[in-house]
Amino acid sequence: MTKKIYTKEEWIKALAGLKSSYNIFVPVRDGDFHTFKVLDEKKIPDFNFQNTRLSPKSLVYPRSERLFEYTLDENAPDVNIIKESEKDYSPRAIVGIRPCDAHAFQIVKPNFENPEYQDPWWTQRYESTTFVGLGCNAPDSTCFCTSVGGGPFSEKGLDALLYDLGDTFLVKGLTEKGETFLENAQGGKTADETALKAGEDLAAGVSDKIEQKVSTDKLKHKVQTELFDAPFWDEVAFACINCGTCTYLCPTCWCFDIQDEVLGKQGDRIRNWDSCMFPLFTLHGSGHNPRARKVQRVRQRFMHKLKYYVDKYNNGVQCSGCGRCVRNCPANIDIRDVCELMNG
Amino acid sequence: MLEYVEKIRKTAGKLFEEDKVDVFIGYKKGSVPMMNQPVLISNADQVDLLHWDSNCGLNLCNYLTKRTDRIGIIANGCNSRNIVTHITENQISRDQLYIVGIPCKGMIDHRAVQRAVKQKEILAIEEQGDTFTVKGKDFEDTFNKNDYLQRNCSVCTHRNPVIFDEMIALPVEEQNEVDVYKDVKQIEKMDPEKKWNFFTRAIDKCIRCYSCRNACPLCYCPTCFVDESNPQWVGKSSDPVDTMTFHILRAYHCAGRCTDCGACERVCPMSIPMRQFTKKLNKDAQELFSWEAGLTLDQRPLLDVFQPDDYNDFIR
Repeated sequence: MTKKIYTKEEWIKALAGLKSSYNIFVPVRDGDFHTFKVLDEKKIPDFNFQNTRLSPKSLVYPRSERLFEYTLDENAPDVNIIKESEKDYSPRAIVGIRPCDAHAFQIVKPNFENPEYQDPWWTQRYESTTFVGLGCNAPDSTCFCTSVGGGPFSEKGLDALLYDLGDTFLVKGLTEKGETFLENAQGGKTADETALKAGEDLAAGVSDKIEQKVSTDKLKHKVQTELFDAPFWDEVAFACINCGTCTYLCPTCWCFDIQDEVLGKQGDRIRNWDSCMFPLFTLHGSGHNPRARKVQRVRQRFMHKLKYYVDKYNNGVQCSGCGRCVRNCPANIDIRDVCELMNG
Repeated sequence: MLEYVEKIRKTAGKLFEEDKVDVFIGYKKGSVPMMNQPVLISNADQVDLLHWDSNCGLNLCNYLTKRTDRIGIIANGCNSRNIVTHITENQISRDQLYIVGIPCKGMIDHRAVQRAVKQKEILAIEEQGDTFTVKGKDFEDTFNKNDYLQRNCSVCTHRNPVIFDEMIALPVEEQNEVDVYKDVKQIEKMDPEKKWNFFTRAIDKCIRCYSCRNACPLCYCPTCFVDESNPQWVGKSSDPVDTMTFHILRAYHCAGRCTDCGACERVCPMSIPMRQFTKKLNKDAQELFSWEAGLTLDQRPLLDVFQPDDYNDFIR
């Protein structure tokens, strides 16, 4: 596998050179926070970032995606015939994705791609994406990736991994996809033993520094109905304002709603992110709502992430420890505390 | 404002002992800096959870809607004005409430502080009266609180509660000299196209999480218009037209009711200047009808009254 050293300028130049073969997404400063944007002449990639405010899940699973389209024009030969909309599955690369966010794609994968069901749109976009990670030199105090099967230099879900060594990036290919990406990247030199050692030391040092420990060990053995009826839900839910901040910022929340939108005679069938925090999420056609109360919706979110997922997929918890919900919840609902309650 | 903490705890304890309330609503210290959490306690043993500092930005009135028990609640100026609005709009009754009034010197704008430390992680914040100190892994900075107030707090003219059963301290001086609508006047000067562009740009990051709506005590409709599904009023996709529809309608639903508590702006995960939508309406209410929301229980809200002797011709 490729192991190369680039100066930071060389790396950005190399990325620019790859634009003809890939749509390259890089972290860009946008006001108060960072966001992944397509690399072009006007954008300056900023790899000196903590993490993006929104997770990069939208690059594989857009907030709104047109799945099908149709015409209602009675004179058209294909009136009322639903057709799949054209989609762009040309190669793309997310460069600078944090290991927690790459791990998150592995966590959601069993939902979108399993022996029983394959979501063609998620799967194809996922397959067309190369994930080039950037190890975390300085994780936040709200990060807890090491408690949920990840790590600041975890290679899970990554095709290549960058180590920020100060003036240089050490980059390692991890999969065939990553190798293809790096083969096409101009410049850089083969990493020598010193550079590799520096990378290893950096990763080991940082992983030791993550102080946050969240216990998840007992979740699997808990009885679902007992957790469901646990006495702490009212207290957990009290402050919650039932907004979608946690679910929309979360890299592992995958729920969606499908809607038809018609303008004139043109119809589109669109898949939009949805949130279990919203009452409409579970409103039945009959008017009955099985989760009409806030506490039921809050419980659902945590039960799904920390119990139902655990039981169904045997793949750990549905959380990559990125800490976005902890940092951004308007009401300071802290998943680390809820997890401790559930695991306790 | 830190000296209030002990007083709040003591008052809450006394209310439980005297059986004047069933529950008490206040804030507890958050698990991350600058993010305190609304909390409901139900007995005197829990009063030590209660906390107060300049990071209590969520509006507690939001947690009162349609409660049926006897509630003790702390309220600063804006929260108390929302409680008044809640009472006049029949969302809670006055006799259910024991309002512990808090003279307020404003909340810290957590985003402005983050900006000031160049988005480095803040691990702790300590207040010392008119200044506060933030600490991170390799930095420590002290700021004047007045330079880092939430924008609504910096132009607040009702820092003292307008309704209360007891006050935790003597009233603070009101900021009578501030130009409350300076920012709105700037926008008013724009031509229509520029205005449209201003608001379009303002919401271009919106993810429709509805935290602005949900943090707002005015938004208590059992079904919000964006959640109407039969028929559906607003599209669910990321189409900017739908997003703008949501923001404009939300703002208009707050006309004559908004107290500029700033919760909407504070909670927005995408840093959208939410108050620009509501503030123009507050200004109109004040200029056209001499109306400020939530100042007294004796007047019906601006938009639910009709007076035969109204000085406007069009209404007669």
